[in-house]
Amino acid sequence: MRHIISILIENESGALSRVAGLFSARGYNIESLTVAPTEDPSLSRMTLVTRGSEEIIEQITKQLNKLIDVVKLIDLAESFHIERELMMIKIRTTGEMRDEIRSMADIFRGNIIDVTPTTYIVEMTGPSEKLDAFVAAIEPSSIIEVVRSGPTGISRGEKGLHL
Amino acid sequence: MELSGAQIVVQSLIDEGVEYIFGYPGGAVLHLYDALFQQDELKHILVRHEQGATHAADGYARATGKPGVVLVTSGPGATNAVTGIATAYMDSIPMVIISGQVSLPVIGSDAFQEVDMIGITRPCVKHNFLVKDVTQLAETIKKAFYIATTGRPGPVVIDVPKDITAPNIKVPYKYPKKVSMRSYNPVVTGHKGQIKKAVELLLSAQKPIIYSGGGVVLGEASKELTEFTRTLGYPITNTLMGLGAYPATDKQFIGMLGMHGTYEANMAMHESDVIIAIGARFDDRVTGKLDLFCPYAKIIHIDVDPASISKTVRVDIPIVGEVKPVLEQMLELIKDHHKKPNKKALELWWHQIGQWQAVDCLQFDRESALIKPQYVIEQLYEVTKGDAYVTSDVGQHQMWAAQYYPFDKPRRWINSGGLGTMGFGMPAAIGVKLAFPDADVACVTGEASIQMCIQELSTAFQYKTPIKIINLNNRYMGMVRQWQEFSYESRYSHSYMDTIPEFVKLAEAYGHVGIRIDKPEEVRPALEAAFAMKDRTVFLDIMTDRTENVYPMIEAGKGHHDMKLRVATGTSTDRELA
Repeated sequence: MRHIISILIENESGALSRVAGLFSARGYNIESLTVAPTEDPSLSRMTLVTRGSEEIIEQITKQLNKLIDVVKLIDLAESFHIERELMMIKIRTTGEMRDEIRSMADIFRGNIIDVTPTTYIVEMTGPSEKLDAFVAAIEPSSIIEVVRSGPTGISRGEKGLHL
Repeated sequence: MELSGAQIVVQSLIDEGVEYIFGYPGGAVLHLYDALFQQDELKHILVRHEQGATHAADGYARATGKPGVVLVTSGPGATNAVTGIATAYMDSIPMVIISGQVSLPVIGSDAFQEVDMIGITRPCVKHNFLVKDVTQLAETIKKAFYIATTGRPGPVVIDVPKDITAPNIKVPYKYPKKVSMRSYNPVVTGHKGQIKKAVELLLSAQKPIIYSGGGVVLGEASKELTEFTRTLGYPITNTLMGLGAYPATDKQFIGMLGMHGTYEANMAMHESDVIIAIGARFDDRVTGKLDLFCPYAKIIHIDVDPASISKTVRVDIPIVGEVKPVLEQMLELIKDHHKKPNKKALELWWHQIGQWQAVDCLQFDRESALIKPQYVIEQLYEVTKGDAYVTSDVGQHQMWAAQYYPFDKPRRWINSGGLGTMGFGMPAAIGVKLAFPDADVACVTGEASIQMCIQELSTAFQYKTPIKIINLNNRYMGMVRQWQEFSYESRYSHSYMDTIPEFVKLAEAYGHVGIRIDKPEEVRPALEAAFAMKDRTVFLDIMTDRTENVYPMIEAGKGHHDMKLRVATGTSTDRELA
């Protein structure tokens, strides 16, 4: 099953490699990983998407907690949460296609953030499946480049991952 | 007080109460060695290879319970230490390793003797630090000791760039009394509800067994374990790492379990209905094939490390906490409980265990004209009155020492159980002897293992650490040969060395006493002579039966109930090896 694990980790050099190294050393999968400092610059927040049986996910969370730099973590998949991913996609667009892409971007609540005579860059956020759907709707040969952040997530309601 | 980085390192170690530091100098640690030279509180032990430094510090730590401390230079000094760091990591031994590093401005430029020590050691340390600011040095050292010695212990590396230790840069020094870290708060006591549940289950057991491991030794809980076991009257088995935590000569002790454990311990595990695992981690050498592991048992597991719980074997009642307080908590409940252990069921259970014991799984040919390695260990036990510190290397001799030397006290049996590091035993013995100069310290080894760190004989001479090396010389890498005999139709691929040194001469060359023993009747007098030479390191080169195997054995892919037992085949002289 897919799990999305949110980690508060000391913002120290090497912290990221401790997490990445743990996954490779123990043979766990990382589907995606995002990391950035939080409002407290001494802490980073990492969002990690992984897959595995319940036993494996339990080991992953225990092993992550064992890392000295990890302050706290939650498995977002255990409760109601919201996930968002950012995508920027560069599309070759000429002639009639320019209108078509623009209306498609509207339907998917995307923004065109860069325009040249032959290209658009569409910016879009949402759950990963929505971004997948948009990419699938575009003629593959017209896609020049796709860049995705990987999902980040946050739990709903009063609960939160903080110190 | 204003000190240079080098002085801060030395003073911090002194303030931490460190007695010995095991190391080897080199370019990146010259400032540190200069600071060491100018004081005489902290004693430095110069080894001959950095691996020896880590094993000696490790032996010191295992015997005393205090953290072992190592100092090595950058690059090759650091990488040579890695095997010893990994050895300590696998057995959860508290150590602090200070490695030199090239100066901060040249890190990353492939400078002379530069290696990414933080990167290399990351998977085999509890934590590591790169010091980037001399004002952080003292606190980092305090943190390293705190992390190494609390929770589940382990090695911590501090990588110190050369410019951090420069003599001309001085900063105010104050060694912190304690540190706290928001990201590191090990659990101490166990969850009360879980403990209550565990006690209920324990007291309702019909065929219980206590399975305890190295965590009891590390957690100084031997006394509590003994009281707990005696109060319940249940059989107890120890892992290789847990030997000595419960007195092996006690009647409730049914031997080690696992691959070369006793028949009775493994059968009792297999048939039991309630297992309490205490400071043990269900290692693959203990469990055998997981699908076949303890099919009828409910399992209670006490461990300070939550990640050890349900890692390989799903347990029914997990208790996270230090073994000692948890056992105290449990004992209190047991004593006050209206329910008592089921006497009738226990009687039947002990009767059953008695039948398994009658198989006499540790029997060996006592009439042999060749020296049996088991006989040597038995004699070692008698000559040292069961009270020696015994270190070992890795292989057949390690298993024989574990099987035939009953340890009654914790911290007496010192071996590399997790990583299985050949070369561990002799430097570890030096570390033990430094800690306990008046105790008998024996290193049980084989002619293959001993050669992996043989250079430390020189260290033993320099620091006058009179250890006794019991070299069970069978002219084979015995354990490899045994597996090749059982699983590869006796194709002894490269498990034989046909140029084995004359160890007697080698020992003498290093300034020690060497004695070669060829006949069984020479064993006892030689051991007595060796231990009588209180101030000499003695190398006993004992020519043992080449064909001897370690029995009993759970072969790969089998369960506890499916042990290979020794088949009586007459005397060993009848067997010829190809």
